[in-house]
Amino acid sequence: MTTGLIIVQLMNGIALGALYALMAFGLSIIKGLLNIPNFAHGALYLIGAYVAFEVSSSLDSFWLGLPAAVLASAAVGVVIERFGVRRLYGSAYLFQLLLLFGIALVLEQCVILIWGTLGQSLTPPGILMGAVDLGVSLFPKYLLFTTLVSFLVIVGIWFVIEKTHFGAVIRAGLERREMVSALGINIELLFTLAFAMGAGLAGLAGALAVPLVGVSNTMGTDMLAIAFVVVVLGGLGSIYGAIAAGLLVGIVQSMSALWVPSASTVLIYAMMILIIAFRPQGLLGER
Amino acid sequence: MLLTVEDIQTYYGNSHVLHGVDLEVGAGEVVALVGRNGAGKTTTLRSIMGLTPPRSGSVRFKDQAIAGEKPHRIARRGIAYVPESREPFSLLTVEENLTIATNPRSPWQLDQVWQWFPALKEIRDRKGGHLSGGQQQMMVIGRGLLTGPELLLLDEPSQGLAPVIVETVVEMLKDLRKSNLSVLLVEQSIGVALDLADRIYVLNEGRVALHARSEEIREDPSRLDAYLGLSAT
Repeated sequence: MTTGLIIVQLMNGIALGALYALMAFGLSIIKGLLNIPNFAHGALYLIGAYVAFEVSSSLDSFWLGLPAAVLASAAVGVVIERFGVRRLYGSAYLFQLLLLFGIALVLEQCVILIWGTLGQSLTPPGILMGAVDLGVSLFPKYLLFTTLVSFLVIVGIWFVIEKTHFGAVIRAGLERREMVSALGINIELLFTLAFAMGAGLAGLAGALAVPLVGVSNTMGTDMLAIAFVVVVLGGLGSIYGAIAAGLLVGIVQSMSALWVPSASTVLIYAMMILIIAFRPQGLLGER
Repeated sequence: MLLTVEDIQTYYGNSHVLHGVDLEVGAGEVVALVGRNGAGKTTTLRSIMGLTPPRSGSVRFKDQAIAGEKPHRIARRGIAYVPESREPFSLLTVEENLTIATNPRSPWQLDQVWQWFPALKEIRDRKGGHLSGGQQQMMVIGRGLLTGPELLLLDEPSQGLAPVIVETVVEMLKDLRKSNLSVLLVEQSIGVALDLADRIYVLNEGRVALHARSEEIREDPSRLDAYLGLSAT
């Protein structure tokens, strides 16, 4: 096994992990602020993927497809929050889970109604085709692009959350919702925005994934399972834990493909069990 | 009257806590609510703030009915709530805590808070979770005032604080009296309540058991004995 191959797999893992991080970051913002396990997150990823695919192929512009996907998923997120999830704040987990599971099924069926069950693929735009020479090996330009976009978006959101007044309100709301509203802040609007933001991140992850894996109507469900593993690994209640855990899962999955390709998916879950056994609060979570 | 509460009945789930509380707070007035633990003092404040809305009865603020409105709407009408548990935002810095909901029209701005509590200014970049009880109390009172309220609902500001800190807070509240702010104060310490308040309501088992001017109580503290089980002197 050459060093070149290992480096390429490592970078593959980082690229994959960046997508997981985008997904899980959105999921943990929603979990942290709204205390809702968003089981429709995979469906929002699916919608992002299909909208990106549709816009990219019909308008022949990948660059319009990306923002269109983010907006479409965020808009669906707003509808889910306002007309569904909002009625269940404070009720039992089971009801929230059922509602969101139901919504996910409906959305998936809608995607099938519109686009059918046949998977399709899309090539990246010309400028992102081909590979760059890393010195030790060649690496696909598009993977570098997804990694870069994911990190820029994550850094951008980190900046908003940590360095702006709006972010301070979000951080305050993560900790004490009631007190935030007693200070005159419209917490419901904040919840809608947070849900839209999380949904938009799922849409972006879906759109970025299209040139890599194409579109298929099961892609949302597959991604949802991994995103939840990532959130649990990162630690519930720690929105940044999801980023570290996303990268970790991506890298583990990618590296294990070198040695035990058939076990790479199982390994993720095994890793989750191990980490939870020794650190029940997750990597960055607090007890 | 700035605030008029009439016959409010408030429940926590099935537990009936307030059995028809009536009280009033005038503009610029400081009114204290005293009583044993569980008498319904905190619930009264939470009912006014809309955090635990009353099932019946009326709450009027500046001649508008506010019972049933969402807390953020009530807050924006000009009521600030400083809870007993203080509820500091532990991941935000002191300055972020103070300015989380500032109102540019508030008569109090950040500089004023720094003047009252110079100790806070020195630790403005420290996280709210890493403060002493006294520092937290100063911070959350400041946080409430920066929203520009006309009425401050203040729950147990002296609880768990060292006497010297209580003094700072009391001095600050006295200073606030000059600016025509109304305060509805829940206070365990009868001394502090009598020192600050114009009038006193004694709550007992979810009802107003006694209502008197502070000087009347000062003249005859034994009037409180039946409700508090301790001498007020």
